[in-house]
Amino acid sequence: MAYEITLLTAMGIAVIFALSLNLITGFCGQISLGHAAFYGIGAYCAAMITKSGLPFPLALAAGFLLAGMIGVVVGLASLRVRHDFLAITTMGVGFLFLGIVRQQDFLGGEMGLSGIPSSGLSKPAFMALVLIIAAAVTAFSLYLKRSWMGYVFDSVADDEDTARMLGIDVARYKLAAFAMGTALAGLAGGLYAHNIRFIDPDSFGFVESITVLAMVVVGGIGSVWGVILAAAVLSVLPLWLQFISDYKLLLYGALLFTVMRFSPNGMAGMVAALKGRSKSTAPGGKA
Amino acid sequence: MTALLSVKGVTVRFGGVTALEDAGFDLQPGGLLGLLGPNGAGKTTMMRSITGVVAPQAGEVTLEGRVITKLPTHQRVRLGLGLSQQIVRPFRSMSVIDNVTLAAGHAKTLSPLAALGHRHRDAERERARELLQRVGIDEMADSEPSSLPLGMLKRLEVARALALDPKLLLLDEPLAGLNHMEAGRLADTIVALNQDGLSIILIEHNLSEVLRICQRLVVLDNGRNLAAGDPRTVMDDPAVQAAYLGSVAEREEAVHA
Repeated sequence: MAYEITLLTAMGIAVIFALSLNLITGFCGQISLGHAAFYGIGAYCAAMITKSGLPFPLALAAGFLLAGMIGVVVGLASLRVRHDFLAITTMGVGFLFLGIVRQQDFLGGEMGLSGIPSSGLSKPAFMALVLIIAAAVTAFSLYLKRSWMGYVFDSVADDEDTARMLGIDVARYKLAAFAMGTALAGLAGGLYAHNIRFIDPDSFGFVESITVLAMVVVGGIGSVWGVILAAAVLSVLPLWLQFISDYKLLLYGALLFTVMRFSPNGMAGMVAALKGRSKSTAPGGKA
Repeated sequence: MTALLSVKGVTVRFGGVTALEDAGFDLQPGGLLGLLGPNGAGKTTMMRSITGVVAPQAGEVTLEGRVITKLPTHQRVRLGLGLSQQIVRPFRSMSVIDNVTLAAGHAKTLSPLAALGHRHRDAERERARELLQRVGIDEMADSEPSSLPLGMLKRLEVARALALDPKLLLLDEPLAGLNHMEAGRLADTIVALNQDGLSIILIEHNLSEVLRICQRLVVLDNGRNLAAGDPRTVMDDPAVQAAYLGSVAEREEAVHA
């Protein structure tokens, strides 16, 4: 049972983290290659707060807010650039985060932070908290997708210039996506720090940024259920099959390449295509 | 009467090339103005200066007396400019009606927070359907834009601009690429919109349609104002004829070269 709890907790945190990037990349079409930095900001912030003796809920809230605030600052500076430049800029932010954390003794530097206090919850209770938050983020994502904000995000992802011609303040919408996505990544980071109770800079490096991007792309850019499924599978695969963790980057790289080449809409796209095919073969069905 | 749109002394340079120099015109409320000129005259640059895509080095653009020269495009749209672009750019990931519905929801998309607080689209969809009917493509409402011919996409551009409830509609070559019959029909739609009280600026190469429907013409040549006035007077102007005939002669020379 303990093993299942560990798996489900890791899965839930990965789902929150992947859905946070899905808001930015999936819904709004802005590629981020440095999303793990915000996960890390949330983790370090929350860990420092509980280490100083303050309560766990406050730590989670602080990680959420700090990551979102830094997300807004980074967004203001970088969201005016076009998609491909944004990918490079966010990658730079990821490396900048690592560079800064490694130099700070009070953050544990290269060695990381150990002895992060317990959340005060039992393992099953912590798992329940993670799953409740994951469910809430899922509900929020589904609501957002159907709201006018989701509608505008679709247009921004499709053609920014045309969106401006419809009176849409593209920069503000991109900033909103970035603020929400980075804050939720910070929340996931706070949960991660209090689940593992040890963090080091490498847990939030480029590999993590690519891993979470793989979850969004493999799941199907913009598809909430597809991303949840991909996050669940890709997060537990290395735990289930230990040998995979040695080849994680290779596996995710190959997955990204294969999906972009053969099914750019990811698993959600494959399901839609299969549904379309079965409908078209059914009597009276439409293609 | 205050002009609805006033463009004064606009100068635009791209590196060493002067696209517009001290150019301008006024549009009175309810007017249908044709902006003409041979290729390279600066018509599209003028349009882009009005919409905010290009920042003029000198000059001023005012809408209902308010200076809009420094405002970004989306704010100019919010103040009442509706734009239909020369090269059609529908959102290809959305159906035809969704393209128009998004524009019809301009009050809900004013800020991200307002947009997050609203879900229902029925009223905007209804309005979008009316506008598609108005421009004659309501049967294509659920189609994907990529499956439509150019003539219909041009109409979609117009419907989308109308959905913004603009005070002034800017149409950049809406008839280009259409056959004679399609062009005539879209021109008739433009006249009907104007008769309903909408002010329109039309940039167009199709001289016969422009002369048929516009009440006033402004002619640019080499980035400068060449002539302005009612269509007959303007077209009888020897300078206008020289600019047009000159450009025809140059084109023929180029063909023979």
